[in-house]
Amino acid sequence: MAKARVKAPKSVKKGEVFEVKTLISHKMETGLRKNKKTGKKIPRKIINKFSVTYGGKEVFGSDWHPAVSANPYVSFFVKASASGPMKFQWTEDGGAVTEKTVNIKVT
Amino acid sequence: MSVQFNTQNIRRRDVLALAGTGVVAVSSIGLFAGDAMADPAAVAKAIKDRIGGKKSMAGNITLELPQIAENGNTVPIAVEVESPMSSSDYVKAVHIYAEGNPAPDVATFRFTPDSGRARVSTRMRMIKSQNIVAVAEMSNGKVHMVKNAVKVTIGGCGG
Amino acid sequence: MKNHFQGILMGAVVVGLSGFAGIASSAEMTYKAGDRSSGYTYATKETQGIQDDDIANPAYVYVDDGEALWSKVDGKAGKSCASCHAVDSAMLSDVGTRYPVYNAKLGKLQSLEQKINQEREEKMVAKPYKWESGSMLAMTIYMRNQSKGKPMNVSIDGPVIPFFEAGKKFYDQKRGQLDMSCANCHVDNAGNRIRANLLTEGQSNGFPTYRLKWQKPGSIHRRFRGCNKQVRATPYGYGSDEYVNLELYVAWRGRGLSVETPAVRN
Repeated sequence: MAKARVKAPKSVKKGEVFEVKTLISHKMETGLRKNKKTGKKIPRKIINKFSVTYGGKEVFGSDWHPAVSANPYVSFFVKASASGPMKFQWTEDGGAVTEKTVNIKVT
Repeated sequence: MSVQFNTQNIRRRDVLALAGTGVVAVSSIGLFAGDAMADPAAVAKAIKDRIGGKKSMAGNITLELPQIAENGNTVPIAVEVESPMSSSDYVKAVHIYAEGNPAPDVATFRFTPDSGRARVSTRMRMIKSQNIVAVAEMSNGKVHMVKNAVKVTIGGCGG
Repeated sequence: MKNHFQGILMGAVVVGLSGFAGIASSAEMTYKAGDRSSGYTYATKETQGIQDDDIANPAYVYVDDGEALWSKVDGKAGKSCASCHAVDSAMLSDVGTRYPVYNAKLGKLQSLEQKINQEREEKMVAKPYKWESGSMLAMTIYMRNQSKGKPMNVSIDGPVIPFFEAGKKFYDQKRGQLDMSCANCHVDNAGNRIRANLLTEGQSNGFPTYRLKWQKPGSIHRRFRGCNKQVRATPYGYGSDEYVNLELYVAWRGRGLSVETPAVRN
């Protein structure tokens, strides 16, 4: 469905707190807009959940409402524990999930 | 909003007419048009539903927003909460609410001690000028709150 | 393949209270050249911050898509763009500074969109992209992004002269029920406000640009159509001769400004 971009450092020192930036291309249709021609409401379709796991547990989670802008951008911080995958999951209304994984190397 | 045209170059009736199209643009944006609006009471209720009878305190939480947003479709917002982010003392969640949108809820962000730093940046929609409220729930049960006003510029010239 | 998204975050990225900006490439950029100023200089610092960070800037998804399309075989000839033009070709490195260009065979100017479709139809035997489609925006954003930081430098000599003159005439001609020319806003009143909106010089060096109003990227012809509608004139079509000539004139007005594609504007 949607396309995502993620930026995290390739290599970090153990214990270091680093920033992770994410963006996913999505209209975030509010469900409140009307089709100009038909006058009918355009059904709501947003990403309602964004979750990040690292070291086997959720390190950052979020619930989104229609007031989150189109093409949602979120940046947050994580403390480096051990080398391994960081997995990003965006869940859309209806349950479709977009996933992305980056490997974090901890030295 | 004042029109600061150089009248040597553009005749007065042009200015009035273009100002008129601006009004049209306001009503045709329709991001959330035609629906019930949230208000400070709706935000207060949403916060009470979230934190129950706990008292919220000022301080330890910073809300970063532009004073004037260029376009209400995409307003950058960041929240930072002061915390050691240790296993015994950390920020559990930050909730963002809007007093002037059709619904009070904007987003909830959950942190853990592994976050290292309780800061999040994102972008939100604002249908009009309004107050934005951020609430932080701490692991020790305390609640911190902050409120900022944002003026929203309508539109974006051209179709 | 996606590893190049994982840039090393410099300490400076953690910018504290003032900034939403991330990894900015603004150091090498020319936002003012002579008496010309990019729309970037009229934007708020928050909007500039969205443009400057290649994750925060939503149009970079299109850069990725365009890069993938460049090497994707399409059409009956079994070719991709990369079959003839390497990703690191000299053509790609400055294409964003040069278009529209004169095409002798057609006897008129050709925009980048038209050149892409000509190549698709003639060399790849593939269907042309629709003007404002996701694929066309991805391709034009990717191509122009390869020239990011280089100065706008369209040719207005020789056979181009009559088309340049036609573009200039369009720019200065009053039109629509409001009887206003491009120049009335973007020359006479650049820097002034029209209601809450700050009028810019109408520079094109960031196109296709992500507009906050559109919540997606769009071409300079889409912008021309919006301007023409705003003065209550009937807009010309995407790819019309009128708009291609105008595109050349507007690109010349911004000569020396860095290509910013994909820019972010109100």
